[in-house]
Amino acid sequence: MLKIQNLTKIYGGFTALTDINLEVEPGERLGLIGPNGSGKTTLINCISGAIRDYDGEIHFNNDKLDSLRAHERTRKGIARSFQIPKPFSSMTVKQNLLIPLEFAAGPNKLDNMSLEDQADEIIEELGLSDKSNELTLGLTQIEMRKLELARAMAAKPKLLISDETMAGLSSSEVDDILRILIDLNDKTKISIIMIEHIMRAVMGFSDRIVCLDAGRIIANATPSEAIGNPAVEKAYLGE
Amino acid sequence: MKINRFYLGIGACLVLSYLATAYVDNQYYFFAGFAILQLMVMALAWNILGGYAGYVNFGSAAFFGIGAYSAIVVLELFDATFFTQIIAGGCFAGLIGFATGYLTLRLRGVYFAIATLALLVVAETLIVNWDYVGGAAGAYVLPTKNPTILGVLIVGKTEALFGNYKELLFFIMCMITLATIVICRFIENSKFGRGLAALRDNEEAAECMGVPTLKLKLIATSLSATIMGITGGVFPYYMTFIDPVSAFNLDISVNALAMPLIGGTATWIGPVLGALILGGLQQVVTVTISSSANLLIVGLCLVAFVIFAPNGFLGLIKKYRKNGN
Repeated sequence: MLKIQNLTKIYGGFTALTDINLEVEPGERLGLIGPNGSGKTTLINCISGAIRDYDGEIHFNNDKLDSLRAHERTRKGIARSFQIPKPFSSMTVKQNLLIPLEFAAGPNKLDNMSLEDQADEIIEELGLSDKSNELTLGLTQIEMRKLELARAMAAKPKLLISDETMAGLSSSEVDDILRILIDLNDKTKISIIMIEHIMRAVMGFSDRIVCLDAGRIIANATPSEAIGNPAVEKAYLGE
Repeated sequence: MKINRFYLGIGACLVLSYLATAYVDNQYYFFAGFAILQLMVMALAWNILGGYAGYVNFGSAAFFGIGAYSAIVVLELFDATFFTQIIAGGCFAGLIGFATGYLTLRLRGVYFAIATLALLVVAETLIVNWDYVGGAAGAYVLPTKNPTILGVLIVGKTEALFGNYKELLFFIMCMITLATIVICRFIENSKFGRGLAALRDNEEAAECMGVPTLKLKLIATSLSATIMGITGGVFPYYMTFIDPVSAFNLDISVNALAMPLIGGTATWIGPVLGALILGGLQQVVTVTISSSANLLIVGLCLVAFVIFAPNGFLGLIKKYRKNGN
C-alpha cells in the first residue's frame, strides 16, 4: 500500500535519512523505533508531505506522492498526529474534528451520516464526549493526545501515523491509547504506523518493527526478532 | 429568520443612506460619513486576511493606492467612466494582491508583515517616478458634467438622483461597505472561513488535516486586496486630486489594522465597531481640536486596547457578559 523507495533527505550538510526502502501492507500495524535524532519524525514528515524536497520516491496505493502537498496526501488517505499537540485553539473539540471531516473525508454517503454525527461518533469512541463543546485550552495532557488522534481519525485515513502519542502519559493512559489504536485497526482494517519510545506499547502493538539509527534502517523484523537484534541493542544502549 | 433580519438591516441601511442624501443639507455629514465608511471598508478588507487567517498586512495602503492609480490609468487611457475606474481599481489591486500573496505567503509572522510593508514602499516609488499618472506632483480628476446611467441623470441640480458628487460618492461608499459586510459574514459561515480559522490557529496542522492552506491564503489575499483597490478607486474622484503621498500613506495601513484590533477580529462586527468608534473620534477631534491629532488618537487607542482589551471591544463585551452571569 505504502511503498518508499531510496528515500534520502539532506538538511544542508546533515543527512537525516539515507536510502530508506520500506513497504507497509494494508491493515498492517508497524512500529517505528529508534533513538532520538534517528530520523523517525523526518521520515513521517516526508510521508505526510510536511517535507517535500527529498530524493527518492513515495507511492501510496499506486499513486506517486512526491509532487503532492500535505493536504492532497491527507485526501489520498494518509493522516498523522503530531508529537507536540497542535490543536486549533480557537475552536471546540468537536470543531477541531469537523475540519478534517469537512476538508479531507467529506460526508459519509454509505451510512448517510452527517459530518456532525461522524465527529460525535469519534469523540465518543475516544471518551471525550464531556469535552466536546469545550475549547482545547482547558484539556489535560491525555485529552490533548486523544484529540490529536481523534483529529487524525476524522480524516478517515487508510494509513494513520501516530507520532509519539503516548509520550509522557501514565501507564494506564498508555493502555487507554493502545486500546483505541488496536480497536481502530481491528474495526477498520486501516494500516497504522506507530512511532513510540515506550517499548511495552510498541512491542505489544506492532506486527512488525522497523528500527532507525542515524537515518538508516538497521532492523526490519517481528517484535521478538527486533528485541534480540544486536544492532538495535547497540543503537539504544551503546556498546 | 436571522439571515432575513441581517439582509433586512442591510437593505434598510442602503435606503436610509439614500434618503440621507436626499434630505440632509449639511454637506459636512457626507464628508465625515465618507471618511468613516472608507476606514470601515479598509478595516473589513484587512480583517479577511489579518483577522480570519492571521496574516498581518502592513501594506493595505499599497492596495488602496494601486486601486486609486489604476483609476487614473484607465481614465488617461480610455477616458473611462467613474464606474469603470472603480472596477479597474479593484481588478488591478486584486491581481497585485494575488501576485504578492504568491511570492510572500510562504513567509510567516513578522516576515510577512515586513514584506507587505516593502510592497508599499515599492509601489509608491514606482508611482512617484511615473509621469504618465502625474508622478510626484499628482493628478487632477475632473468630474464629468451631467453623468447619466441608462438615460437617467445621476448628478444634477434638479431632476437627478443626487444633488452633487459628494452625495453620490457617499452613497456608493455605503453600497461598497454593505457589500463588504455581506461578503465578510458569508466567509465567516463558510467552509472557506473555517479553513482560514484552522490555518490561523495552526498552519501545519491545518495542512495535514486536508486544508489547502496556500490556496485559501491566496484567495483571502486577492479578495482583501480587491476590496481595498475598489475603495482606492473611489478616492481620486472624491478628492478630485491625487498624489502618491496621500494615496500610499502609511496612515491608511495603520488605520486598517488598528480598527479591527480595537473592535475585535473574530467577526465582521469588530472592524465595523472599530471604524465607528475610532473614525468617529477622529472626526470629532478634527473639528474640535486639530486634524493633526488623528494618528495620535489611533496610537493611544491601540496601546490602550492592546494592554487592557487584547480581544478588542467585542472581547471586552463578551468578558463583561460572562462576569455578569
